[in-house]
Amino acid sequence: MSEAFGGSGRLPAAFMSPGTSSFVDFLSAVSPDRLPGRSDLPQGGSGAHLTPEATTIVAMTFPGGVILAGDRRATSGNVIANRDMDKLFRTDEFSAMAIAGAAGIGIELAKLFQVELEHYEKREGRPLSLEGKANRLATMIRSNLGLAMQGFVVVPLLVGYDESRSEGRIFSYDPVGGRYEEHRYHSIGSGSVYARGSLKKLYREDLTETDAALAALQALYDAADDDSATGGPDVYRKIYPLIDVVTDEGHRRMAAAEVEELAETVVTGRTERPDGPTAPVR
Amino acid sequence: MSMPFYVSPEQIMKDKADYARKGIARGRSAVVLQYDGGILFVADNMSRTLHKISELYDRVAFAAVGRYNEFENLRLAGVRFADMHGYTYDRSDVTGQMLANAYAQTLGAVFTDSNKPWEVEIVVGEVGETSDTDQIYRITFDGSVVDEHDFLAMGGSAERVTTALRERYVKGAPLAEALDAAVHALAHENGEQRELEAASLEVAVLERSRPHRKFRRIQGDRLVRMLEGARAAGKGSPAGPRSPEGGAGAD
Repeated sequence: MSEAFGGSGRLPAAFMSPGTSSFVDFLSAVSPDRLPGRSDLPQGGSGAHLTPEATTIVAMTFPGGVILAGDRRATSGNVIANRDMDKLFRTDEFSAMAIAGAAGIGIELAKLFQVELEHYEKREGRPLSLEGKANRLATMIRSNLGLAMQGFVVVPLLVGYDESRSEGRIFSYDPVGGRYEEHRYHSIGSGSVYARGSLKKLYREDLTETDAALAALQALYDAADDDSATGGPDVYRKIYPLIDVVTDEGHRRMAAAEVEELAETVVTGRTERPDGPTAPVR
Repeated sequence: MSMPFYVSPEQIMKDKADYARKGIARGRSAVVLQYDGGILFVADNMSRTLHKISELYDRVAFAAVGRYNEFENLRLAGVRFADMHGYTYDRSDVTGQMLANAYAQTLGAVFTDSNKPWEVEIVVGEVGETSDTDQIYRITFDGSVVDEHDFLAMGGSAERVTTALRERYVKGAPLAEALDAAVHALAHENGEQRELEAASLEVAVLERSRPHRKFRRIQGDRLVRMLEGARAAGKGSPAGPRSPEGGAGAD
């Protein structure tokens, strides 16, 4: 594979140097062209139309863990580019991330982050702390700033189970690499405003995992209701939002059948009350 | 200036090989064997943090004996190599064979090019979909690769350990039985018969049924419980610890 391996087939000297435990740092030293967003782009004009946009993501903590849910739609302008996209990524045993914004770059970023965490864990013999993971992702977003300024903005949402605190945590980012810890719930993407309004009314401290998943689906439904770029549950094609759960037992993708059942509950509920469940006024 | 004495290439290679063998023989042994659910790695290792057995990639693990700094260097390089390949192509494209080749080339080059050969012997194991597709490669200090099956021992007194392992090894045995065979074999190192405890063993498996990354360490209370189970499994078999001459459990 490529220049780094030319000739003898023995492991190149760069591979044998003690150096860093960061895969990103190693790659930028040995083969920087493999990193996302390292190529020079022509100045002027936005290239944002070149890759579809990933839309709404919601995350919510519940006692003992955290839940991450995303709709399935990707859009290019007014066109639906993809209706069954997976925007959630298991990054390691105790964390997951989701992306909103330029899909092509976001997926690459998630893949790289996944390798970064695993690489560190294998080299050091222990995983990074959740804080460490969150900070690492911030640096990686920052390195995408050049592309972000040309329209390829990627914003991730990181969730994880913090073993030292025994609780689920949520981290959001801005395109510059600013890292913000969110409490209780958060949403990102084009429909996030509507989703957050919905979560605000539905969130309770004592939600069970299933109820948290249901609340996330309600929030995504509300986002899809008002934002054209967010996809709602597609009952005819059987395409439903995806849900990842991270608890002390690790990461788990909620089974399709389980999500389908919850989504059907939401859809059925909306036939009677199209605006969804009400919250008490006082 | 005096001219150096002429030394024949055969002699140089022989001296290097002897040097490497002596270095490897000073260390404790490690064994690798297949069981019904994957591949088991067991090393005689007092340290809980300086590992002889490690994960390289999803389905691939690494075990080594000899000089720590040298095999640790190989391990780290292997992790970089595997991660880079998997990132560039796909996770399923990283294979044990690829890593074994890279290690063989590296060790071979070191052996011929430098004055001091590396005093290491390593194993790259890859767990497949079925036990028939499991792969175990043994790479020695001079870069030769051997495709091994069923079980192997390396390190200090590999021959003795192999003989002891052959007595107990049963093809397709469950994990407890395989662990018993491994511990029995390691206890026969240097002709002595020791009682190995959890604290002096490093145990890990490549578990076929595990999702994502198949490598898992077995340590702490879990190892203690498993060793008890293994001893019980060993006593039940025809070749119990009391009668090592009782014949192998299979064939």
